Amino acid sequence: MTDALVPLFLTLKIAVTATMIVLFAGVACAYVLGRYSFWGSQIIDAICTLPMVMPPTVLGYYLLVAFGRRGWLGSWLEDSLGIQLIFTWQGAVIASASVAFPLVYRAARASLGGVDHHLENAARVLGAGEAKVFFRVSLPLAWRGVFAGTMLAFARAMGEFGATLMIAGSIPGKTQTISIAIYEAVQAGQDSTANFLVLLTSLVCVCILAASGKLLQRQF
Amino acid sequence: MPRLQLIFSLGLLLAVTGSVAADELLVSAAASLTDAFKSIGAEFERAHPGDKVVFNFAASDVLVKQIAEGAPVDIFASADEEAMDKAVKGKLIVATTKFNFAGNRLVLAVPRDSPLRLSKLEDLNANAVRRIAISQPATVPAGRYAKAVLDQGRLWGVLQERFIYTQNVRQTLDYLARGEVDAGFVYATDAALMKEKVRVALEVTTTRPVAYPIAVTTASKNARLAREFIDLVKSGAGQSILQKFGFTKP
Repeated sequence: MTDALVPLFLTLKIAVTATMIVLFAGVACAYVLGRYSFWGSQIIDAICTLPMVMPPTVLGYYLLVAFGRRGWLGSWLEDSLGIQLIFTWQGAVIASASVAFPLVYRAARASLGGVDHHLENAARVLGAGEAKVFFRVSLPLAWRGVFAGTMLAFARAMGEFGATLMIAGSIPGKTQTISIAIYEAVQAGQDSTANFLVLLTSLVCVCILAASGKLLQRQF
Repeated sequence: MPRLQLIFSLGLLLAVTGSVAADELLVSAAASLTDAFKSIGAEFERAHPGDKVVFNFAASDVLVKQIAEGAPVDIFASADEEAMDKAVKGKLIVATTKFNFAGNRLVLAVPRDSPLRLSKLEDLNANAVRRIAISQPATVPAGRYAKAVLDQGRLWGVLQERFIYTQNVRQTLDYLARGEVDAGFVYATDAALMKEKVRVALEVTTTRPVAYPIAVTTASKNARLAREFIDLVKSGAGQSILQKFGFTKP
């Protein structure tokens, strides 16, 4: 029984870490690309949205090639910092974060873009610096959309399978996420294990969504 | 409206007749048979003009699961007898058609540029060996053969921490070719396909011979044609193709 809980806790760890990363990265990118328009901003916007439309296995392949021992990013990381990402839970975080990023990014862009400019300008007129305008006016007004995007990102990170399968190595306790565990249990004919894992995961996801729904409601 | 209906019915008729004209065999075969079987398939299509052979390659146990869940497979070829036994137990194959058509050798391979010199399995315990790729023993014959040997040498537990589990033997080969792992267990036939990227360190003496059984499925709708495919695999032509890829006699 406890064996079956290991992939669940690992997946939660990976999903929470990935969501934290994409929350900051997504909102930051959305702010910069929404506020400033420069040559190439459209292209960067497309690249930021790309993981959402790309098949996960394609993304997994890109990550394997980039972060692998002989990849341009992976070999640099290994030689200079001694860090290896493939076959580690941190690598699984990168995979989950990559697929979840566009969800926060797009939601943040839409929400931040929808904030009334008059309110932001009023703050500026009253002497607020850009940082204060963002944290005290824009973000509080946009938080609902950003939060919704973050919940979607978390769900996506928890369910990530294709890219993770290519770069994780299915090591129990380190990279065997719940999706991979279920996949392998089904393939090995261990239907009872698969059933248990599926029910457990569904229960956890429903609880998380219900809790976040309540959080949104209470503000009203 | 009547004209549209006429065009639609004609189109449907053509589509249906188009597919009934030729027979199609679906062959589910172990991942290690990919190249050899594609070659045999081409040979079969040459000998049977109009008929097509479609392949489905994956880990042997995965294929059994698919057939058990109703996949319309005509022929099943696995990389060990355990997977075929699962199929027999599930009454998925016609036992009288079961036949061991080839053998193989399990090898311990390393990336071509690896500085490691491994002369026996115990050498895997060295500090320089940090990652060993092995296919999931629960679903892949190659993993089972490797685990049996490591269990026998009392090395399984010791090396546990370093294992990277793959979904099939070709994924193991891929990790070796990319240099992501320090060593891996693949078949000699797989290593031979990537000579420029992968080097065989040593041949592993397995606890039981590596045997490839093939059989016709009970649910096959083309049993007669399926038997002809198996006949081709058994024949001199089929065997020479298998040997060309490095498979041994059964």
